[in-house]
Amino acid sequence: MKKVFVQLNATFSPNGELIPVSFVWEDGSKYIIDKVYDHKKAASLKVGGQGIRYRCKVMGKEVFIFFEEGRWFVEGK
Amino acid sequence: MNRVILHCDLNNFYASVECLYNPQFRDYPLAVCGSQDLRHGIVLAKNYIAKKFGIKTGEAIWQAKQKCPNLVVVNPNYALYLRFSKEAREIYSRYSSLVESFGIDECWIDVSESTKLFGDGEKIANEIRELIKTELGVTASVGVSFNRIFAKLGSDLKKPDATTVITENNFKEMVWNLNVGELLYVGRSTRRKLNQVGIMTIGDLAGTPLSFIKRYLGKWGETLWNFANGMDYSEVIATDYQETIKGIGNSMTTARDLVNTDDVKLTFTVLAESVAERLRKHNLKGSTIQISIRDNELASIERQAKLPVPSYISGEISRKAMDIFNANWGWHKPIRSLGIRSTDLVTADTHTQLSFFEDYNKRPQLETLEFSIDAIRKRFGHYSVQRAILLKDSALNANPIEDNIIHPVSFFR
Repeated sequence: MKKVFVQLNATFSPNGELIPVSFVWEDGSKYIIDKVYDHKKAASLKVGGQGIRYRCKVMGKEVFIFFEEGRWFVEGK
Repeated sequence: MNRVILHCDLNNFYASVECLYNPQFRDYPLAVCGSQDLRHGIVLAKNYIAKKFGIKTGEAIWQAKQKCPNLVVVNPNYALYLRFSKEAREIYSRYSSLVESFGIDECWIDVSESTKLFGDGEKIANEIRELIKTELGVTASVGVSFNRIFAKLGSDLKKPDATTVITENNFKEMVWNLNVGELLYVGRSTRRKLNQVGIMTIGDLAGTPLSFIKRYLGKWGETLWNFANGMDYSEVIATDYQETIKGIGNSMTTARDLVNTDDVKLTFTVLAESVAERLRKHNLKGSTIQISIRDNELASIERQAKLPVPSYISGEISRKAMDIFNANWGWHKPIRSLGIRSTDLVTADTHTQLSFFEDYNKRPQLETLEFSIDAIRKRFGHYSVQRAILLKDSALNANPIEDNIIHPVSFFR
């Protein structure tokens, strides 16, 4: 598995929460994040990284998106 | 009330962080080593697989590779380690405000008051270990005890990712049969001294009459005897507590061995400039200069002498260091690293005892000059103003203030 840094669009809620909205995968296709279930600090043992982990629903599947030191990454295949 | 103190030790810290970030190396023996080009090429940390090959912290890369030819060697990334260290401290701070760092990967946490909120020490320790595992992806071993010394000892007993509880009821069974060298501040030479009089275990030390230990090792012996008997009453000091500075020093392993007095003079100039600049930054002057010399076989000596008046002038510091050096070093071996420390600090604007025999008109001029150099360097960078001597060998030049970021700390505050 590899660590894929992605271009990501996010919004700030009125009370300051950072919420990811969509991201562009390395092949250029854009994915909408349908839902953010929760977020917490976590490490990614699969690809090697540590930051705030957003548990999201993307195209019906559960995906972890990490916010690490100002950059966003997804656990790629 | 009984105290509950935790000591958290992040296992193989540098190596664990590197293994987290490089999953492809996780199943291989890995060591984090300093840069070979700068001759800092020693093992700083290793993972458990490397440990099985007998690789030890502090040995040279070539020695480690002899034991384990397919060892993965990675360079240290201090910024990353500092970030993880801070994150770990943030986790500890959820349980108590009394968190005291001991180096980059160890902390004491006083949770005596928190037990009412979160449960007993062991439960808190287990929760902390779990949080470190999930949030940081590394492991910690935690010692739980009624004093700092046994908490630290506990965290060393079971590794990795384990909790060890040492109570007032079981410490004699748990601690006393351990080798006396396991006790904090019993190093190589103290252990040898203790062994010479038949003290092999911590229990032997605890059972020896205090009067004997005091006569044998001095005041220091009493401290160690108290440690062995569980009578360490020192407190965990909160992070935000600003401790008073007792000394300012820099040391450097040079890019090549130093073989003559000119080399030493050059290196001392670099170190003295850095020490003096840091003294000025803290508005302090030092009255005593200590130097440390380590030869190329890693044997080291330390010597010190007093300055006539407290100073933060780099020229005075380097000249004094040179005097001490010339009086104490016979060049039986080339030198690998040098250090200068300034101690007996006083506030820079304090009144000092003057001497009849010196010209004090020159001092304010020299001091102003040094401040001007600070100002120029602040604006244009460290290497914008240099002493001519440093041009003789650029390999030995360095900027210790920016190159060194991690300082060891002492148990005694």
